[in-house]
Amino acid sequence: MAQLILFNVFNGLIIGAFYALMALGLSLIVNLSGVINFAHGGFLALGAYLAYSLMPLFGFWGGLVVAPLLTAAIGLVVERVLIRRVYGRDPLYSLLLTFGLAYILEDVTRYIWGAQSLPYPIPAALARPLSTQFFFLTGYRLFMVALVAAAVGGLFFVLGRTRLGMRIRAGTLDLETVSALGVNVRVLRNLNFGLGIYLAGLAGVLAAGMLGLQPTIGTSLIMPSFVAIIVGGLGSLPGTLLGGLLIGVASGLTTVFAPSASEAVIYAMMGVVLLVRPRGLLGEEGRLK
Amino acid sequence: MTRARQLAPTVAIWLVLLTMPMWIGAIGGYTELASRVVVMALAAMALNFLLGYTGTLSFGHAAYFGLGAYGAGMTLKYLVPSTALGMVVGVVAGTLAAALLGALIVRLRGVYFAMVTIAFGQVFYFISFRWNSVTGGDDGLTGWQRQPLAWGPLRLDIQAHDSAFYYLALACFAVSVAAMALLVASPFGRTLQAIRENERRARFVGIAVERHIWLSFVISCAFVSLAGTLYALLNNFTDPRALRWDMSGNFVIMAVLGGMRSFWGPLVGAAVFVVLQDYVSSHTENWMSIVGLIFVLVVLFFPRGILGLIQRRAS
Repeated sequence: MAQLILFNVFNGLIIGAFYALMALGLSLIVNLSGVINFAHGGFLALGAYLAYSLMPLFGFWGGLVVAPLLTAAIGLVVERVLIRRVYGRDPLYSLLLTFGLAYILEDVTRYIWGAQSLPYPIPAALARPLSTQFFFLTGYRLFMVALVAAAVGGLFFVLGRTRLGMRIRAGTLDLETVSALGVNVRVLRNLNFGLGIYLAGLAGVLAAGMLGLQPTIGTSLIMPSFVAIIVGGLGSLPGTLLGGLLIGVASGLTTVFAPSASEAVIYAMMGVVLLVRPRGLLGEEGRLK
Repeated sequence: MTRARQLAPTVAIWLVLLTMPMWIGAIGGYTELASRVVVMALAAMALNFLLGYTGTLSFGHAAYFGLGAYGAGMTLKYLVPSTALGMVVGVVAGTLAAALLGALIVRLRGVYFAMVTIAFGQVFYFISFRWNSVTGGDDGLTGWQRQPLAWGPLRLDIQAHDSAFYYLALACFAVSVAAMALLVASPFGRTLQAIRENERRARFVGIAVERHIWLSFVISCAFVSLAGTLYALLNNFTDPRALRWDMSGNFVIMAVLGGMRSFWGPLVGAAVFVVLQDYVSSHTENWMSIVGLIFVLVVLFFPRGILGLIQRRAS
C-alpha cells in the first residue's frame, strides 16, 4: 500500500510538472498581455510532433533542443500576425481568437501527422527502471523531473536576472510606464509570448516521451493548467508552479483511492480555494478586478 | 410608421421560424436541422443575456447545457417515461448547479471570470465521461426516447413526427425569448446594462453588483439548460461532448457572429453557424480548420457581428 501511494504521488508529481510548465507559459502571457492563450495546448502538440519529425535528423537529444525553439519561432510569428491585434480589446476577442487557433492547430496537426497515435521512442538508457523495488523510477521519469526543474530554474533566472526578464516583470505591473521609459512594448510582448510558447513546446516533447503522440495531447493538458493558475494565485509565477505540482499530486493520490475521481478532484480543489481564498494561494490582492 | 418599421424585423423573424419546416427541405435542409437551429439559438440567446446585457463573459455554459441534456435523458431512461418531467429535471439540475458555482465566481472579473467558468465546466464533462455505469461514459447515454406529450385530451406526438418536435422546441424558444425580452426591458434588466456600461458607477449608486451578476448568471444558465434538454430530446441521445469546452466556445461564437449587442443577433449567428457546420462537416474531414477560421475571421473583421454590421450600414 505504501508503495502504491508512493508510486501515485510520484506519478502525480510528474503530471503536475507538466501542468506547471504549461501553466507558467500561460501565466506569463496572461500577466503581461491579458490574453488567455487557448491555443497553448495546440502549441504543445506542435512541439511534440516537431520533435518526432526531427528525430531522424537530430536524434532524441537534438529534437529536445530544437523542437521547442522551432515551436517558439512559430509562436513569435503567430503573435506578430494574429494575437497582437486583440491586445487592449475585450478579453472576449482574445479568447475567441485563440480558441479558433486551437481548432486550427489541432486540425493541422491531424492533417500532417495523422489521427492515430504514434510511438515516441526514448533512448534505451533512459527507459530502464533504476530499482527493482521502486519499479516506477525509470530514468526517463527522473530525467523529466530534473529537466522541468532546470527549465523552471532557467525561467526564474531569466525573469530575475536578465534585462528582458526585468522588463517583463515591470511590464506586468505597469506597462504604460515601461513604455514611457523607452522600452519597445510590442517587441517585449512578442518575446514574452515566444517564451511562453517555448515552455509549451518543451512540455510537448517531454509529454510525447511519456504519453505517446496524439493530436489531442495538448487539449487534455490545458484545462488543468487553468486550474493550476487559479489555485496558485493569479499574477504569481511561483504560485502557478506550486498550483501545478499541488493539483498533480492531489490527482495522483486520488487515483489510489477513487480512480474515476482523479480528474474531478482538481476542480473541487479549485472550488475550495475560490471559496476560502479567491485570489489563490500565493496570489496578490487586487489582481481579481 | 416608425412603430411599424421597428416591428417589421421581429414579425419577419417569427414568420420565418413558424414556417421553417415547410420550406427547409426545399433548400437542401431537413427538419432536424431546423430544430437544431432553434435549440442552439435558444442557447446562444441565453448566453447573450449574460454576455451582451450584463457584460460578463462565461466560457463554460456548455456545462449547464449538458446538465440539462443529461437531466432529461436520465429521467426518461431511469425514472419515468415523461418528456415534460425530463425537461423539468434537466432545467432544475442545470439551474441549481449554476446557482452554486455562480456564487463562487461572481467576485472574479474579465479574463479570470472566463477562465474559472471554463475550468468548472470541465467538472461535469469528466463526471459524464467517467461515470460509465450511469451516464454511458464516452459512448453517450442511449436506450431512451422522447415520449409523446399528452395533456388531458390534447396529444402532441413529438416522437413520431419531427415537425411536431420542431414546434415544441419553437414554443419553448418563444416563451424563453419573451421572458428574456421582458427581463431586459425591466428595471432589473436596465440595472444589468448599467453594470455592463460602468461597474464602478453602478456600485457607487448603491447597486448590489455581485448579486445582480449572480442572478443574471443563474437566469442565463436556466435557459441554457432548457436548450440542453431540448438538444437531448432532439437527438434521443446525449454524450459528454454536449458539455465539453468546445461547445461553450460555439455558443459564444454564435452570439458574437450574429451580433451580441442586438437582441436577435445570437439567433442569426446560431442559424449561420449551425447550417455552416452541418454543411462543412458533411463535405470535408477538416471541418475543424474551417470552424477555427470562422472564429479568427469574426474576431479580426466582424467583431460587431452580422446584425451590428447591418445596423451600422443603415444608420
